[in-house]
Amino acid sequence: MIEVNNLVKTFHRGSVNEVLALAGINLQVGRGDFITVIGSNGAGKSTLLNCLAGSYAIDSGHIGIDEQDVTRWPEHRRATLISRVFQDPLLGTCASLSIEQNLALANRRGRRHGLGKGVRRSDRELFRNQLAQLGLGLEERLKDQVGLLSGGQRQALTLLMATLIKPKILLLDEHTAALDPKTALQVLELTEKLIAEQQLTALMVTHNMRQALQLGNRLIMLHGGRVILDVREEEKAAMSVEDLLEQFYKVRGEEFVSDRMLLV
Amino acid sequence: MTYYAFIGALEQGLAYGFLVLGVYLTFRVLDFPDLTVDGSLPLGAAVSAVAITAGVDPYLSLLLALAAGFCAGMITGILNTKLGILHLLASILTMIALYSINLRVMGRPNMTLLGKPTILEPLINAGVGMFNAAPLLFALLSVFILLFLLWLLHTAFGLAMQATGANVQMITSQGVNTDRVIILTVGLSNGLAAVSGALLCQSQGAADVNMGVGTIVAGLASVIVGETLFGCRTIGRALLAALLGSLVYRLAIALALSLKLGQFSFTPSDLNLLTALLVVAALTLPKLRQKVLRR
Repeated sequence: MIEVNNLVKTFHRGSVNEVLALAGINLQVGRGDFITVIGSNGAGKSTLLNCLAGSYAIDSGHIGIDEQDVTRWPEHRRATLISRVFQDPLLGTCASLSIEQNLALANRRGRRHGLGKGVRRSDRELFRNQLAQLGLGLEERLKDQVGLLSGGQRQALTLLMATLIKPKILLLDEHTAALDPKTALQVLELTEKLIAEQQLTALMVTHNMRQALQLGNRLIMLHGGRVILDVREEEKAAMSVEDLLEQFYKVRGEEFVSDRMLLV
Repeated sequence: MTYYAFIGALEQGLAYGFLVLGVYLTFRVLDFPDLTVDGSLPLGAAVSAVAITAGVDPYLSLLLALAAGFCAGMITGILNTKLGILHLLASILTMIALYSINLRVMGRPNMTLLGKPTILEPLINAGVGMFNAAPLLFALLSVFILLFLLWLLHTAFGLAMQATGANVQMITSQGVNTDRVIILTVGLSNGLAAVSGALLCQSQGAADVNMGVGTIVAGLASVIVGETLFGCRTIGRALLAALLGSLVYRLAIALALSLKLGQFSFTPSDLNLLTALLVVAALTLPKLRQKVLRR
């Protein structure tokens, strides 16, 4: 249901700093696929997510979601179909607004933000119930400014906001990388829970190979702006971190340099 | 300071209150430094004066001024969002263009309303004294517009407006077209500035093409003075602080003008210098205070 055809993206085109970030990505994502995306630094993982979300204009190629060609849609229009959680916990929420106001904005994702009351009384019950499942006690703090929350709390809230209205696809860009290990684990468990409950289609970028193997039903590896490995279901379940590394050497046939890839 | 100077300052403070609320919307809520108001305030005055001279009802002329200011602000917004011109420069371009447009609107550099009806007439006819009519009416209008903005900022659009100023990525990801929000908000801000111009023109009895010089600095000074004195913890508090800041600012100016130090006294031509010094002081004092407290 998500079709990516021959996606090409170059940064600083025509200058000495020209970088080919995506060199023709082809990807078919089925409904309910939970794909983990790995690759060394500069492989194009984040660029791919940003191109899907519409943050970056692409050079060529096509992006289709549910048979709609969204290639030319601006970012805010694509948000009707796509929701995302960023690596930076500060990016997904608005610090100067309260928790309930942030949720109210998310509760209108893809609809008009018009002159109706921002937070309606009937919304609060929903927000409280949704917040309660985070287990962070935020349901008692609806009117607190989001700027008062910790990074982990904000990331959990962002995740909730991203799934408050079921997206066609959820994009997670290393969304636990900036959190401490314990909080990261909590947010990751919440991610798994929300994706399973709502049977979401999701793309999750991670640097952690073990995590990439544990989560989801499919794994893709990017290198040099191309998909160099695409495994799913049993094949993925049977893989180990060593297998992944071996695959990487085999496909690339070159020395494996990035030490971050080895962090497991 | 005499009673009349006091009432005069009050009247000015309330008339400029609309502008200050507009400046609050752009500078504080949207984080969009907008100098268009230097042109849209006299635009409002010009439109109102021309309309009244042509026989239009004075109250209706306020709405015409609002609409004209709104359009001027939208042009700044469009220059910034659709044509990608830096916000500050976009607003300066519109401001410069408005100078010519204001001259076209009036057909001459200034215009008096001597003997013409104004919005104050019904009050004066009802027996409210000449000098009290303007502050009373302007205060009523201010309360009305304050409540309107308080409502607007709590609608879904208002929340999107606040988020556009605070976190563009977040609000775009929620499906809001920030270009549209910016264009409409800068439009509204300049509509309010134009209403200020129309009120000033009717209470002073004249519109002048140069009456907008330094508007933005005065507006900003009022916002900052208000925030410093009255706080801005909630939206309602911040709106009220902006309005009260406008009053305090005009009273401070009136006080300075009535000051006599031996042979020396301030003249109205010193106002720009005083305002600039006031803004510098208001901007640096909180930081200085923090530094001193940290020791």
